[in-house]
Amino acid sequence: MDPNKYLSVEAVGKTFETRKGDFVALAGIDLAIRKGEFVTLIGHSGCGKSTLLNLVAGLLEPTEGTIILAEREVAGPGPDRGVVFQNHSLLPWLTCFDNVHLAVERVFQEPKSLLKKRTHEALELVGLSHAEHKYPHEISGGMKQRVGIARALAIEPKVLLLDEPFGALDALTRATLQDELMRIVEKTGATALMVTHDVDEAVLLSDRVVMMTNGPAARIGEVLQVTLPRPRERLALAHDARFMDLRAAVLEFLYQKQAHKARLKVA
Amino acid sequence: MSALAAVRVRATPGARGGAAKAPFEATAGRRAQAPEWLLDVLACLVGLAAFVALWALIARFGGRIPDPVTVWSAAVKIFAHPFYSKGPNDQGIGWNVLSSLRRVGIGFGLAALVGIPLGFMIGRWRFLSGMAAPIIALLKPVSPLAWLPIGLLVFKAANPAAIYAIFVCSLWPMIVNTAVGVRQIPQDYLNVARVLNLSEWKVFTKILFPAVLPYMITGVRLSIGVAWLVIVAAEMLTGGVGIGFWVWDEWNNLKVEHIIIAIFTIGIVGLLLEQSLVLLARRFSYT
Repeated sequence: MDPNKYLSVEAVGKTFETRKGDFVALAGIDLAIRKGEFVTLIGHSGCGKSTLLNLVAGLLEPTEGTIILAEREVAGPGPDRGVVFQNHSLLPWLTCFDNVHLAVERVFQEPKSLLKKRTHEALELVGLSHAEHKYPHEISGGMKQRVGIARALAIEPKVLLLDEPFGALDALTRATLQDELMRIVEKTGATALMVTHDVDEAVLLSDRVVMMTNGPAARIGEVLQVTLPRPRERLALAHDARFMDLRAAVLEFLYQKQAHKARLKVA
Repeated sequence: MSALAAVRVRATPGARGGAAKAPFEATAGRRAQAPEWLLDVLACLVGLAAFVALWALIARFGGRIPDPVTVWSAAVKIFAHPFYSKGPNDQGIGWNVLSSLRRVGIGFGLAALVGIPLGFMIGRWRFLSGMAAPIIALLKPVSPLAWLPIGLLVFKAANPAAIYAIFVCSLWPMIVNTAVGVRQIPQDYLNVARVLNLSEWKVFTKILFPAVLPYMITGVRLSIGVAWLVIVAAEMLTGGVGIGFWVWDEWNNLKVEHIIIAIFTIGIVGLLLEQSLVLLARRFSYT
């Protein structure tokens, strides 16, 4: 197996059939992700980055091309991919523990005590051992998203898929959770693909930032290698020249090279 | 509980000093006003008093309507022995209410047994929904009493025919609300099921059923309300023991005060049914 192609998106296109005719959302997407790599997809809203993530998750089927994960073609959703949804998607009638346990007991065929241990460990990893028996409506938005991350990680997926996981959170909570996610990914060595529209978030977390052009028929515009050493410190990076340069490169792509089309679309 | 107690303490004049020491935000803007629950109770009492006064006025000038005092003393007599039985046509009000409730219970229970699974299926499968839609749209506005002759024809007895009418009228709200509930399940929850590849059984027990439960309870509540409305009319037509029949019987005896007692009894029982289901619904709401 080519170690650089742990997750491989090959010539993928996605066309939606709508009442007004076909809508080409994505065209000719090629992307290979290494094992243990953290890749973010960034682009203006409507550019199809979530569509690409959903294709990898198997929630959508590609119209063209194939997606291969660990030498197996992705055909529909499955627990080898852990998905963190934008709005946490916890089941409101289950406690935090039960929400995670639902995933754990589906994936592992083990004695009950081991399954419980796994659930406890996943919640401990995201620092929520104290809130195990609370219901989602009893905890804050940031805590809910942590449970979402715990649920996705507890099943030991081959790849973690995050769809704007911190988009709905306030800036302070978002920063805390970004740091937390960095720590967790470092600890578990997870391979991750994340959709975001936050430039700082993309540069801070990623090994590579994949910048997408505006739709329709969105493509990968540029790919930015983020060579900043890990572990990364938010405060130290705030004044780091390399960080600033990388950030400027993404901003330039989004607001100069892709700005014109975005404005047209609004009009 | 404690918040309510605090309000109550503040309402009594002797505790005013204590209220002043209470946290600022709790008392701000409310200091000069009576607490809200007291106003609510007062409004309720004033409403009832106005109602009784109007009734007394109508009774005085309106001819044959008995006045509140007459009805009250008749009610005291009737409720002194609610469970006497002198043959099938002369039983206490308790028996009448219970037999009506029994019919509602059976008809309604059968409707739940049929309607809830049917609602799940209609909500889940689009084709089935398309099949059921015209039938439900056509039959839902039909008065359940129109079904009574069919029931008499099929069952050749009054009691099952009444139960049948209850069944028919309870069925529609149950099917429709359950189906709506299934359709309203957020896609997010179903996506969770899909990415985890949950089995159909798990999807049903962990996602579909709990998500639909509040809608189902609404269906049950509407059904039982309609059923309680319909049973009175159905029993007037079928006879036997039951609160509806009792109303008709007392009309034939020209005991108007008993009819008024029956009206209140029906109202109170309906209210209790409704409230108990509201409580049940609150128990199963997840937000």
